[in-house]
Amino acid sequence: MIITQKKPIEELLGMLDGVKTVGLVGCGSCATACATGGEKEIAELTKVLAQHGIKVVATAMSEYCCMHLKTRTILKPVNAASPDAVIAMSCGDGVQVIAQYCKCPVYPSNNTMFLGESVKLGLFEEACHMCGDCVLGKTGGICPISRCAKSLVNGPCGGSRNGKCEVNPENPCAWIEIYNKLVSLGQEEKIGITREDKGYEKVAYPRTINIRGK
Amino acid sequence: MSTLQNALENGIFGVTAEMAPPKGCDFTEQLEVAKLLKGKVHAVNVTDMQSACLKASSLGLCAHLKLNGIEPIIQMTGRDRSRMAIMGDMLAAASFGIDTMLALTGDHTMVGDCKASKPVYDLDSVGILRMLSTMEATGKDCGGNELTSVPKFYKGAVVTPVYEPQILQINKLRQKVDAGAKYIQTQGIFDLDALKRFMEAVDRAGIKTHIMAGIIPLKAAGMAKYMNENVPGIAVPQDMIDRLAAAAAEGKEKGVKGLPAKLGIEMAAEMIAKIKAEGLCDGVHIMAIGAEKNVPTILEKAGIQI
Repeated sequence: MIITQKKPIEELLGMLDGVKTVGLVGCGSCATACATGGEKEIAELTKVLAQHGIKVVATAMSEYCCMHLKTRTILKPVNAASPDAVIAMSCGDGVQVIAQYCKCPVYPSNNTMFLGESVKLGLFEEACHMCGDCVLGKTGGICPISRCAKSLVNGPCGGSRNGKCEVNPENPCAWIEIYNKLVSLGQEEKIGITREDKGYEKVAYPRTINIRGK
Repeated sequence: MSTLQNALENGIFGVTAEMAPPKGCDFTEQLEVAKLLKGKVHAVNVTDMQSACLKASSLGLCAHLKLNGIEPIIQMTGRDRSRMAIMGDMLAAASFGIDTMLALTGDHTMVGDCKASKPVYDLDSVGILRMLSTMEATGKDCGGNELTSVPKFYKGAVVTPVYEPQILQINKLRQKVDAGAKYIQTQGIFDLDALKRFMEAVDRAGIKTHIMAGIIPLKAAGMAKYMNENVPGIAVPQDMIDRLAAAAAEGKEKGVKGLPAKLGIEMAAEMIAKIKAEGLCDGVHIMAIGAEKNVPTILEKAGIQI
């Protein structure tokens, strides 16, 4: 899922200079799981804004803010309330979808951090860089692109110490993890595969995929 | 032909030293030190923002060295340059007659002194070597387009002998050699038994290349301890640290300065002499870390003449 983190409230208030009324739009999927855009966070933000003299005149929750049809529908009552601004409590994509269907300015309450996983309640880890050319079949299901700080494809650099990464000693060296996993799977020979460095043609953004057949 | 290539391929014990460009635009001091190395080493590595700390570029000092009759080895990391920038810099290097290079992945920007800089890593060390080898073989650039003139480099890479699991370093070494590395400089070595074990592993893996042992002359016990704790792949044995500490104590007692550094020079010379006498490696690479002026003394004490 897309991992989000709340912006400092001062930053959000800074965007709302001169705003008296707002609509809040939460997201029922990733942002709810990250505790940045669920029902609970909508209620909390409503209280905080009231303390700063900003009135919440409408709230809405999209099951997936990233889906245009769902989000356009739930925004109807928000638009009807004619707020001075809308606060999108989603990932950066949700903010952009919401902004397309609102007549007023839309401001983000979150920073969008990474594509990752919920390891346990409240702990999220980055796990995919959406490189467009998945190598996990050769690396024991551990991603060297997102788990190695240098996204190395040909094995480790010389920078690890005691199996930990030179960039952040909290993180294990992805390539040592890959090696150990391949050994446990009986696929040790895969460590010797020479891999082409990823080119960047596949990540020339913004990208579009159309499976509609027309 | 590259002077280092000429030495290594003719069975001559290869000797290289290493120096860093200035953190500024005045190269006077570097050139003075480099002149002391002239005729003493086959070539001088010029680092590419080592430890990810901002310096003038390797290409700049390499060009100065070449113009002053000193053979440079241009170090090229993938940290700060895309494949286009690397190839462009290498073409420019060749125009100065620079014909020897060393490919590295590069320390991450987060461990350096300009953390906001974007870590590029378009290519890693293997990718840089492969790109240059392909260029030499096909006459084409990184996009597959014809070059109007094509340089040829004597290409090298690095390896960390003290590493667990060792098979990962051996495997990467094989990939570097397959990608075109003809010589290898190791991380600093302090324990010849560890070096022997590594060389045996290289032999068992059937990897054929010229390996030059990395030598770091120690200056003090504190430096050794610091490197043990902070520099990946460095393992200074305790007895060396004890000897340096004893030298410092002796100096204090007698009121003589610089005894640990003198001992460091002796220990480095002793290691080099042993490596050559026992035929452990095809050469040595001396990383004096700011004390490059000592390199001629170390070589003299080791009985090495090029």
